[in-house]
Amino acid sequence: MDITDLTACELIAQLEQRQLSSSEIVDAFLYRIKHLDSRLGAFLHVDEEQARRRAAEVDRRRQAGEKVGPLAGLPIAIKDNICTCDQKTTCASKILANFQPPFDATIVRRIREADGIIVGKTNLDEFGMGGSNELSAFGPVRNPWDPDRVPGGSSGGAAAALAAGMVPLSVGSDTGGSIRQPAALCGVTGLKPTYGRVSRFGLVAYASSLDQIGPLGRTAEDVALLLEVLAGHDPRDSTSVPGGVPPYRQLLNNRPEGIRLGLLVDQLGQGVDEEITQAISEAAKVFERLGMPVIEIGLPHHHLAVACYYIIATSEASSNLARYDGVHFGYRTDERAMEEELAQERRLWAEKGLAALPEEPDPPIVRLYRKSRAEGFGPEVKRRIMLGTYALSAGYYEAYYLQAAKVRRLIRADYDQAFSQVAALIGPVTPTPAFRLGEKIQDPLAMYLFDAFTVGANLAGICALALPCGQTRSGLPIGLQLQGPPFAEHVLLQLAYWFQKETDWHRRRPPLTALDRIAAGRGDTP
Amino acid sequence: MRSLAGSPWFGTARKRRGVVPQMSIAPEEVRKVALLARLLLSEDEVAEMATQLSRILAYMEVLRSVDTSQVEPMAHPLELVNVFRDDKVRPGLAREEALKNAPKHDGECYLVPAVLGPV
Amino acid sequence: MEKPYEIVIGLEVHVQLLTRSKLFCGCSTEFGAPPNTQTCPVCIGMPGVLPVMNRHAFELALKTACALNCEIAPFTKWDRKNYYYPDLPKNYQISQYDLPFSRNGYLEIRSPEAEGGRRRIGIIRVHLEEDAGKSMHDEKAGRADSRIDLNRAGTPLLEIVTRPDLRSPTEAKVFLQELKLLLNYLGVSDCNMQEGSLRVDANINIRVNTPDGPVPTPIVEVKNMNSFRAVERALAYEAERQYQEFLQTGKRLGEVPKQTRGWDDEAEVTRPQRTKEESSDYRYFPEPDLVPVVVTEAEIARIRASLGELPAALRERLERSYGLTAYDSDVLVSQGRPVVDYFEVLAQRCGEGKLAANWVQQEVLRYLNEKQVGIESFPIPAERLAELLAMIRERTLDTRRGREVFARMLTTGETATEALAALGFVDVSDEEIHALCRKLIAENPKTVADVKAGKIKAVGGLVGQAKKINPHVDPAKVREVCLRLIGELA
Repeated sequence: MDITDLTACELIAQLEQRQLSSSEIVDAFLYRIKHLDSRLGAFLHVDEEQARRRAAEVDRRRQAGEKVGPLAGLPIAIKDNICTCDQKTTCASKILANFQPPFDATIVRRIREADGIIVGKTNLDEFGMGGSNELSAFGPVRNPWDPDRVPGGSSGGAAAALAAGMVPLSVGSDTGGSIRQPAALCGVTGLKPTYGRVSRFGLVAYASSLDQIGPLGRTAEDVALLLEVLAGHDPRDSTSVPGGVPPYRQLLNNRPEGIRLGLLVDQLGQGVDEEITQAISEAAKVFERLGMPVIEIGLPHHHLAVACYYIIATSEASSNLARYDGVHFGYRTDERAMEEELAQERRLWAEKGLAALPEEPDPPIVRLYRKSRAEGFGPEVKRRIMLGTYALSAGYYEAYYLQAAKVRRLIRADYDQAFSQVAALIGPVTPTPAFRLGEKIQDPLAMYLFDAFTVGANLAGICALALPCGQTRSGLPIGLQLQGPPFAEHVLLQLAYWFQKETDWHRRRPPLTALDRIAAGRGDTP
Repeated sequence: MRSLAGSPWFGTARKRRGVVPQMSIAPEEVRKVALLARLLLSEDEVAEMATQLSRILAYMEVLRSVDTSQVEPMAHPLELVNVFRDDKVRPGLAREEALKNAPKHDGECYLVPAVLGPV
Repeated sequence: MEKPYEIVIGLEVHVQLLTRSKLFCGCSTEFGAPPNTQTCPVCIGMPGVLPVMNRHAFELALKTACALNCEIAPFTKWDRKNYYYPDLPKNYQISQYDLPFSRNGYLEIRSPEAEGGRRRIGIIRVHLEEDAGKSMHDEKAGRADSRIDLNRAGTPLLEIVTRPDLRSPTEAKVFLQELKLLLNYLGVSDCNMQEGSLRVDANINIRVNTPDGPVPTPIVEVKNMNSFRAVERALAYEAERQYQEFLQTGKRLGEVPKQTRGWDDEAEVTRPQRTKEESSDYRYFPEPDLVPVVVTEAEIARIRASLGELPAALRERLERSYGLTAYDSDVLVSQGRPVVDYFEVLAQRCGEGKLAANWVQQEVLRYLNEKQVGIESFPIPAERLAELLAMIRERTLDTRRGREVFARMLTTGETATEALAALGFVDVSDEEIHALCRKLIAENPKTVADVKAGKIKAVGGLVGQAKKINPHVDPAKVREVCLRLIGELA
């Protein structure tokens, strides 16, 4: 038996029956990280020593008959835009390369209280801004199914780590598809909870009205297990919803019979890979076999979602990322070099003015901000800050931000209308399977359009789940997206759970050849 | 905490100078926005950014294809209101801890190049 | 018209609210702590943190707006005001833009320049926002860097914006004094300008009288005024400066962009401040980390009912109930509610408002000023002082002696009767005084003749003799009895 092939729930069963110890489990996963990750790039930091220590501690407590938490002894990876007080939190950005938060995110505290073992922090697109994980300041993540391809993003490290068997559970964040999209491209299950379901305290904000932390696992059951720990009201997050958390894992046993599902036909066919269209249609048939009628349905304003999302997300981001200015924390430019540069500019300006320089030299503090940010942020982050600043600036606010906020209501209304007819929506996660590294890097707009099917759920604030539902002929995973009304996570998890009882896509592992290539360092850099 | 459906997050009194947005953005505009955003772009970057933003903004034109004159803007997916905390003092960070992540400090304060008046 | 122009002033006042903790985190708001010892990840704006609103701050804000006769919005939300400054760690301020929690109020002030002596100054809006930290630059020490202290960052701040209703620098000062008094009475702020808990910016222009009618000059925003006196002087300077500039340039409102000038308290001039064109593009948008606040009619009614008696109403009641002059009531009310409470006990117990008001203003306040203490530290309880005033009122004790008794009570803690006895003051009866006066009149025919001839002052001689014979007599009473008896002689 290979420990790293087991699901989190299977591992828990083994732990409870004392057939495995937490130390054995942690060692097995750490071994895999050690052998695969130097090429895969899923982790930014791994704390082996602490993980082993905590595993031994959980084993001791279990031996002593003490009560242990629901995640006791399980290794868990945390996306590196979620604050941990004992490991750096970098957001995969040079500007936070040395940032050590003095506090734990609420969900980190919850995982620790549930006796989960945080083994490390996973790679991402800088500040969550990207859909391929090529935009990390610390190098890209590769897809375990094909190391020449992207794992998706921005939670690419979280999904790749799971798919490669380096952890049984991981935590990501989803602003426009950042959990679901990499889950789909890596063949794992990932959930974006309803906005407000999981505390955002300690999640480094990208776009505050869209961000949501969520669980990734190999199966719906694993995702339910982790969601139960992550979810719940947090008095430190004003946007966290009060009230209790349903027993998601227990509710999986209720088979959702007779409920009606809506197939998003506009997201199939034209512009979508034929193999994906095919796999989604097959998935719809699985649900019908399970006793759930599927009707065709549309979201009339869905074609506006990408434009709407990129205005709202970048507007909020332009403000959220203003704090990275080289003053209170994070990267600061070399001040001496800056002073010299300014002195020279001032001379030029005094002599020749606009003939020599495009603008008047900045005051030193302004230049400190501008240079620190220019050097600390990567190109995509800068692009989004520019776009958001523009969309909020005098003269453009009404045309862009306000118009997008109105369209956002139309998108939400579409969902409300749809959910008055069906219990959940089914459709694809991405228009194509994982693309090659470098394929879209020169074309930001093409990269944005890849998010077309996922951003709607964030704009509307509803819950959505991605799970594997097929493979391309070349062996790449295909994801199925389930979208449900606010706080219907239990419905989506039930649908996924019963789907996974009927199918075995979630049981597939990346072929050994791909993993061997990764371990042997033969992943080709484009 | 209470819930309020369809909250008017945007005041009707709000009027800002609106212009017909252009589909392309000029280098001068890029420089202006870069200053607002406190980014420093080289002239090559200004040119590249102008091209990319123009292309992205051209795509955003699709937002104007729908009549939203009767639509209330939506700033937030939640319909939650009145979330408060009690006025209780809680221990904060020791100064050393607060300054630990600062790139430049003197043990008491954060240090920045001289600020003499508005910047 | 005496002045060649009319002055138009609007104020923007920032007031720190008296909460224990900051607006969005649990850090203390106490003034004077060593730099950066009252901060946490939230008010430092560290990555990942979120704000949660202080209920008490919002309640104090509501209370203030109700007291300023504002309309309370049934729905209010917060916005981000984006600008970069090193004392603003997030580089945006959580403030209110298009849906402030209150607007359209007024504050009535007593203005000697206005008809009827009163004016209503309109309040455009009151909103709740967070304060920034402090940046300090020590030029003398030749330090190259500015130092940032974030202790103040995140303190709840109320912004109160008036209509351009103020017509003179003095009126602006009176408005600020009345506002400060109101906020003190409400207990929402201590309004200490030295500690920065009250800050004022002003917008001012003038309307120059010309043969073609009044011409408005460009509006100037005046900043950096650190006391009410500075406000008055800066605005007076600025009005005259604008007039001189108008005479030279003829520039009117709308012809030049709005200017910001700073008041130099030592040089007593305003100077232009550097502003960047782009700096005013604040890119406001709804703060997504906070949820809106909904206030019901019932809550507003509850707050209005809890306001208590505010200075204007209190002044009127004191005038009505105790027969005080406007001046007296103003002095008392300005001292704050505890002094007024002291006065009221005193007035009720001694039975005469005017007498009580005089004693509080002259004797009690003098002591408080000398000792620099509040009324709660005043050694004589109102009940005991009332006993003394009652004696004076009933003429069993004269004012001069009353002061001596008062002085002894201050140091010994004795009652009026005890102090009186200890000082050896003996009550002299009416009969004794009459007998003494008759004796003196009989013995001093020359003086009596002088008085009869109209030299009333001559009676002083008799009073002097009376005091030598019996030091306990009330000279005023002796004077009165002698005059009456001499009058009866005729």
